[in-house]
Amino acid sequence: MKLEGTVWKFGDHIDTDVIIPAPYLVTTDAIELGKHCMEGVDPAFSQKVQPGDIIVAGKNFGCGSSREHAPMAIKGAGVSCVIAESFARIFFRNAFNMGLAIFEAAGVSKVIQAGDRLSVDRDTGEIVDHTNGGRFSASPIPPFMQELIEAGGLMAYVLKKKQGGTGK
Amino acid sequence: MPKTITEKILAAHAGREAVAPGELISVRIDMALANDITAPIAIEIFEASNVTSIFDPERVALVPDHFVPNKDIRSAKQVQMMRRFAKKYGVKHFFELGEMGIEHVLLPEQGLVVPGDVVIGADSHTCTYGALGAFATGVGSTDIAAALVTGEAWFKVPESIRLTYHGELKEWVTGKDLILHTIGDIGVEGARYKAMEFVGRAIERLPMSDRMTMANMAIEAGAKSGIFAPDQVTIDYVSPRAKRPFKRYSSDPDATYSMERSYDVSKIEPQVAFPHLPENTRPISTVDTIPIDQVVIGSCTNGRIEDLRTAARVLKGRTIDKNVRLIVIPATPTIYQQAMTEGLLEVFLAAKGVISPPTCGPCLGGFMGILGPGERAVATTNRNFVGRMGDPTSEVYLAGPAVAAASSILGRIGSPEEL
Repeated sequence: MKLEGTVWKFGDHIDTDVIIPAPYLVTTDAIELGKHCMEGVDPAFSQKVQPGDIIVAGKNFGCGSSREHAPMAIKGAGVSCVIAESFARIFFRNAFNMGLAIFEAAGVSKVIQAGDRLSVDRDTGEIVDHTNGGRFSASPIPPFMQELIEAGGLMAYVLKKKQGGTGK
Repeated sequence: MPKTITEKILAAHAGREAVAPGELISVRIDMALANDITAPIAIEIFEASNVTSIFDPERVALVPDHFVPNKDIRSAKQVQMMRRFAKKYGVKHFFELGEMGIEHVLLPEQGLVVPGDVVIGADSHTCTYGALGAFATGVGSTDIAAALVTGEAWFKVPESIRLTYHGELKEWVTGKDLILHTIGDIGVEGARYKAMEFVGRAIERLPMSDRMTMANMAIEAGAKSGIFAPDQVTIDYVSPRAKRPFKRYSSDPDATYSMERSYDVSKIEPQVAFPHLPENTRPISTVDTIPIDQVVIGSCTNGRIEDLRTAARVLKGRTIDKNVRLIVIPATPTIYQQAMTEGLLEVFLAAKGVISPPTCGPCLGGFMGILGPGERAVATTNRNFVGRMGDPTSEVYLAGPAVAAASSILGRIGSPEEL
């Protein structure tokens, strides 16, 4: 499956407080959270971002709190995937658990620029920058995480293991 | 193969003889925790699954502490969800207002987490319980929902980093200063995915409160967990409280570490972490004149009775600067009561501070002390990210209770030595 979109660029250590500031953590609705996505660094982001667009960032993306509202807000804003030099561990875990596509690829933040057109092959992890010709290979997704994705997230995976999903 | 304490605890909970860093394992959970921000998502996911019972009503803790006492209608609704869920599924450890405290101070105080445990919490500061010699780590709401069904969680066994502290602490230097100094040294991703193991003679002399402050901030170095091997100090703290039997683990002397650091604590001054990352630390003596508007003493990092005693020692007989607001937040009802009995609350009130009920409140910019545009705060909390305590143009400087209290008197960031 190929993801294609325009790049929104952010720096290093983008924390979950700027991805979705705490005052908005009074809802579990992804669309509503999406309206405040990245508000701490770019208050107009949710108005500018188009469905399918891609976030490219530096190292340690998603550091800070465990709020799953952060990947929910990104997904709710219509972003198709996040590519970063590296991810903070709870964000990484949450993204796989709830089904936001993320890719770790060294060097992306230096070459890929805001506004570039990007395509990402979700299965192979191949990233192509159609604006400047840059190509990257994302770190392979561990087999267990691949299973989570195929099952449709952690909860679906767990229920599938527990007696075919009825859980009774 | 020699093993670290973390590897031993994880192996025991995975039903395995041994585990090695990098392995993906599924482990049995001794306690699963969520709060009023993270529980609602977990509850929605759990209830959508049509599973009719939770894995163990004794091993789930629901603590509404972030926006409680309810700051608005929507926060009230999130707590209502938790209350209803707790009743429906018989969750034993739901904490209603009056018994509720800041989760990471409350659970150890109530003996609900013990040495040798594996604890997951939908809150990044769950790593606090490493101070007791438990493997404890922050996860997301989906992880909690899954654990409610299975009683298990998946982990990649982390590599361990050994941090050794030796020497005598200077006056006013506490666990907060040691961990800030360490984060300043290794950086906010210096321990990413790893277990931080705190050892050394200086650690052996640290009381539990300081150990909890240090383990609490392991996440600010990107760590999966922070851990202290249980010793007599641990046992003295845990024994009168523990609601379950517990087991002590320790690292083998020749266990493998991916990084080692050693610190002479006698060279460490009280620290201040400048905006907007906890790694921007400076010794207090190098801090220029920085006027402040607010001081917050509290949180899961520094809201314990020992922290309040330190603050009161500085504030006793003094009044805060007229341009400063001082907010003191005892982390649990027990600590509040104790602070009252010991006369600490009187000291804070006489100094013109205010005392908040237990809550995370201002630490994450929730309520009870939000910063306006351009305002600066010294806080004993754990994060100084952009907008963390309010307006995106406000600034948070992290410090221990002694520097925070002294700063409230001075009207600028300063040390108790200057008073």
